[in-house]
Amino acid sequence: MSAPATTGRPTRRGPPGLRSAGTLGRAILSNRKALAGAILLGICIVMAIIPGVIAPGDPNAEAFMPGQGPSTANWLGTTSYGQDIFAQFIWGARASLVIAVAAGLLSTMISALIGVGAGYLGGTTDSLLSLITDVFLVIPAFPLVVIIAAYSKTGGNTMIIAVLVATGWSYGARQLRAQVLSLRHREFLTAARLRGERSWRIIIAEILPNMTSLLVANFLGASVYAILTAAGLQFLGLGNVNTPSWGTMLYWAQNNEALQAGIPLWAIAPGVGIATLGGAFALLNYAFDEISNPVLRPVRKRRARRTP
Amino acid sequence: MRYILRRLGFFIVTLWAAMTVNFFLPRLMPGNPATAMIARFHGRLSGQSLRAMEVAFGVNTQQSLVSQYFAYLGNSFTGQFGRSLTFFPDTVAQVVFQALPWTLGLVGVTTVIAFIVGTLIGMVGAWGRGGWFDSILPPIFIVLSAFPYFWIALVFILVFSITLGWLPLGFGYTNGQAMTLTWAFAWDVIQHAILPAFTIILTSIGGWILTMRNNMIMTLNEDYVRMARAKGLSPARIMFDYAGRNAILPNLSGFGMSLGFVVSGAILVEYVFSYPGVGYMMLQSVLNEDYPLMQTLFLFITVAVLLAILAVDGVTVLLDPRTRGSG
Repeated sequence: MSAPATTGRPTRRGPPGLRSAGTLGRAILSNRKALAGAILLGICIVMAIIPGVIAPGDPNAEAFMPGQGPSTANWLGTTSYGQDIFAQFIWGARASLVIAVAAGLLSTMISALIGVGAGYLGGTTDSLLSLITDVFLVIPAFPLVVIIAAYSKTGGNTMIIAVLVATGWSYGARQLRAQVLSLRHREFLTAARLRGERSWRIIIAEILPNMTSLLVANFLGASVYAILTAAGLQFLGLGNVNTPSWGTMLYWAQNNEALQAGIPLWAIAPGVGIATLGGAFALLNYAFDEISNPVLRPVRKRRARRTP
Repeated sequence: MRYILRRLGFFIVTLWAAMTVNFFLPRLMPGNPATAMIARFHGRLSGQSLRAMEVAFGVNTQQSLVSQYFAYLGNSFTGQFGRSLTFFPDTVAQVVFQALPWTLGLVGVTTVIAFIVGTLIGMVGAWGRGGWFDSILPPIFIVLSAFPYFWIALVFILVFSITLGWLPLGFGYTNGQAMTLTWAFAWDVIQHAILPAFTIILTSIGGWILTMRNNMIMTLNEDYVRMARAKGLSPARIMFDYAGRNAILPNLSGFGMSLGFVVSGAILVEYVFSYPGVGYMMLQSVLNEDYPLMQTLFLFITVAVLLAILAVDGVTVLLDPRTRGSG
């Protein structure tokens, strides 16, 4: 999780920095970390959209000799059940990507609602919302997620997304609140209030556009959290263990002692997948800090030594 | 002083929130999953202990919700958590106190190491920004932090236990060995802890580096750092006493949130290594539908995190004079 140090940065009226998709595209291309992240994410997206083209057939079909090493027919070998590991790997991308994006978007929305609400409304509302945020921030999320998953045995990706959102919104809410507090007394907001604009219009049209970069950073951070936590839950068997995903692959690999049984690729491949997707979001986040905050941009060379 | 009092108040509110979540979760779920579990207790427990369990989970009890709630809070504060299904005649408290030292040792030591090393790397990286040190270490660890903890654990087992055979596969100590205070036993415990510890350190260090590096870059632009340079102070003094001391403050206040993250990862690491700590116990309790044990472990994990945060608050007071004022 990163803490984009954008808070307190002088902000002009209107969307800062990123005026159009073109500017964003150029910024990503010119930043090596962003480029690496975008490429990794692109690979995952392709796997998630057209798994049937890359690896045709049912990934769970037990159609091969079990426990084989890599061969021309099965590039990554086969599982103890005779499934093709490569096919499972390709098909697993979709679940992880959907969970990451859905949970990331939803938690960012809740963060924005609570964080901006608290910061803008102030007073008792702020105290109460901030207290709730802090409590959620401190209660260890994963044990809580495990408990909820253990009680609601229905499983499935919807349950996982709901639990991830419930436990993942607080970090962003806190940051957004801080940003709103720093914006609250700017002239353009006073002007809007004097014009007689309604609160919700001020929030949507004046405040939110000024926080675009923080919202994006939040989405990226929340997505990394969702990817890793969902993988952990699925690895423990606390999701639906029959839907193809990288986490459930690891669950079956662990239950069949894939490492000891000489088919380590069964456990390594899904981990590489999770790391690729998580790494893509993490790199984009790291780069986004630099794109949105000029102070953090890489310097080519340190200015000449200051010591006289 | 008021700062510490406010933090203590927060401690109590959070603890209460965790207990309340514990109380309401089984009741909110469709068909109260605890019913089946209580049925398994019949015939094994009787009288008062069974009734206490029924009150805790809201199963065939005639009491009102409010009186159940207060009975539950009272039982929790007096340490009556009921009995564990998995380790049956043992009480939940006994099981928890067996597991707690293992986790406190593992997670405590690794978190402190990761925090110190990560903060130092972030500080030195920002100091020599754009140099070779800064271009190699921070990006590596930040990518590492996107790897799932448990997967790194699996890879370590594959490389160091199965392929190379250097270190044991799992568990906290060699099975059958008497738990005595000897060097041999201590060495055995350390050998078993090396792989889990390195897993946690490697994957948690990235977060500390990133925030510290960013804070440090911001601080280095401050006027007082320029002033220190102008005075001709030694670079080490400027780095640690002027920039570092200020840049570390947001890192400290972010400690609470990061700690929750580390604990979460540690649970999975313990599971992979069958390390006999709180996380491993928790997952055992989930598999066996041992809800009393599961809930109590959650409570204890929360308390441990809160205590660590209080300790960090103490350090913050030492480093930042502003918190010592009346504000």
